[in-house]
Amino acid sequence: MNKEEDIIIAINDVEKSFNGISVLNGITINIHKGENVAILGRSGSGKSVLIKIIAGLLLPDKGSVHVLGMEVNTLNARELQQLRLKIGFSFQSSALYDSMTVKENLQFPLIRNKRHLTGKEVNEAINNVLESIGLLDTLHKMPAELSGGQRKRIGIARTLILNPEIMLYDEPTSGLDPITCVEINHLIKHVQEQYNTTSIIITHDLTCAKTTADNIAIIADGKFVSQGKFNEVFHTADKRVKGFYDYNFITMK
Amino acid sequence: MEKKKEVYGSVPSQKKHRISNKITNFFISIYGIFQFIKRFFKEAWRPPYEVSEIIKQCYNVGYRSLALISLTGFIIGIVFTKQSRPSLASFGATSWLPSLIGIAVIRALAPLITALIAAGKIGSNIGAELGSMKVTEQIDAMEVSATNPFKFLAVSRILATTLMLPLLSFYTAFIAMIGSFFNVHANESTSFTAFFKDAFIQISFLDLNASIIKALVFGFTIGVTGCYKGFNATKGTEGVGRAANEAVVVSMFLVFIEEMLIVQVVNYLRGM
Ligand SMILES: Nc1ncnc2c1ncn2[C@@H]1O[C@H](COP(=O)(O)OP(=O)(O)OP(=O)(O)O)[C@@H](O)[C@H]1O
Ligand SMILES: [Mg+2]
Repeated sequence: MNKEEDIIIAINDVEKSFNGISVLNGITINIHKGENVAILGRSGSGKSVLIKIIAGLLLPDKGSVHVLGMEVNTLNARELQQLRLKIGFSFQSSALYDSMTVKENLQFPLIRNKRHLTGKEVNEAINNVLESIGLLDTLHKMPAELSGGQRKRIGIARTLILNPEIMLYDEPTSGLDPITCVEINHLIKHVQEQYNTTSIIITHDLTCAKTTADNIAIIADGKFVSQGKFNEVFHTADKRVKGFYDYNFITMK
Repeated sequence: MEKKKEVYGSVPSQKKHRISNKITNFFISIYGIFQFIKRFFKEAWRPPYEVSEIIKQCYNVGYRSLALISLTGFIIGIVFTKQSRPSLASFGATSWLPSLIGIAVIRALAPLITALIAAGKIGSNIGAELGSMKVTEQIDAMEVSATNPFKFLAVSRILATTLMLPLLSFYTAFIAMIGSFFNVHANESTSFTAFFKDAFIQISFLDLNASIIKALVFGFTIGVTGCYKGFNATKGTEGVGRAANEAVVVSMFLVFIEEMLIVQVVNYLRGM
């Protein structure tokens, strides 16, 4: 599985600062085809910035990002657009289009990027994806009428609808109840298994990390301080890593 | 980010709150607007053309401003006629009222008033709408779903305001003339046909063209400024309000400057 040519996302020594304040400071990671990687880190540690750099929404100050063999920050507009068709990005804030209904939100990427689809096929795709997140009844609602968790799920559905090769989930389970969390975790796993999708899952939720991810990477002080399988990572002595573990299970003690 | 943001013509943020900085910021936004215009002309020609979005935006522009423009136009017609009557009456020249009003409304008032109302209603709306899309990451979401947000959101709105302002300012002129007619008819009992014949007799081809060009330029300015301010809204809901507010202030300022310049040019042409 871990062959060189299998590398889908290659990030090498990426640095990024805002107004002189360093956020990322030497991020390096390789992600292979069909692999789910969970990225954990404290609030403000630059997780969202990192996946925005992967999707080409932000430019790194230094270092290189290769996605599907292409260096993201050297692509022209058309190439970037082609690449983005293969990347699904589910935003931490959901980022649903306020002025459109749920249905219009979901069909927006479809009818604009797959112009050959018939109306019936579009509707079918929308129904399928809504069913998989359990929100069929919201079809004609406006985003403002949905709860935060529902918005989050629609946001994920909107990115899944194009069947991307790479999924970037920014905190897919934050603000959801435990039952919905489990459903979303299943969905992430299901997407990986069915379509051999490569995913990055940003999360604070260890259950989510453990159930959805093959590998875990922990970000602190702008770097990955620990990478590997769930058990390996949480058996290291690093305090910054331990802190996560302790917090997540503190209520059980 | 810095480099990416350039595509929307933005410029590094400055420290706020000082007058010198406010002035600097103002000129920075003028520079940013020029960058934005450059990008508009680069992208507007390239397919895919967002035809249905442009039509939707044209409808929005017309729909949002129609009521206010009708009311304002009508009142201006009446008031302007009332105010002009005494001075013309002192020369015994109240029969010139229709042509005076015709010239004033078509040459000067209609495009300017329509533009100011549009700046207030449509400019602020575009600034707020795009500003909130920016701060809630909807513009980023559009970008990652492989839709060019500049084209889909900005180009369509700029084209809509540019196309609609001439239509709206003709409409304003028409309504103002109707208002004026009511007043003239009541006082001088001029007939409808006589009034409009007198009103248009002094209007030259140049006047008409100048009016259309003015309205096009104003519409373009309002669209560009609103979109520019919206796309460059900074984080938070406060930024949305600021984007809307600045869209109005900057576009009104630019409209006045353009009015002045165009009048100079037209008067020069008239003298030739
Ligand atoms: N566009 C931006 N301009 C300036 N600073 C930014 C910008 N985006 C992010 N930052 C800064 O970068 C840092 C990391 O932000 P980021 O959103 O990546 O955190 P995060 O790890 O996703 O946190 P959370 O878990 O709370 O989502 C923060 O200190 C933030 O202030
Ligand atoms: Mg984040």
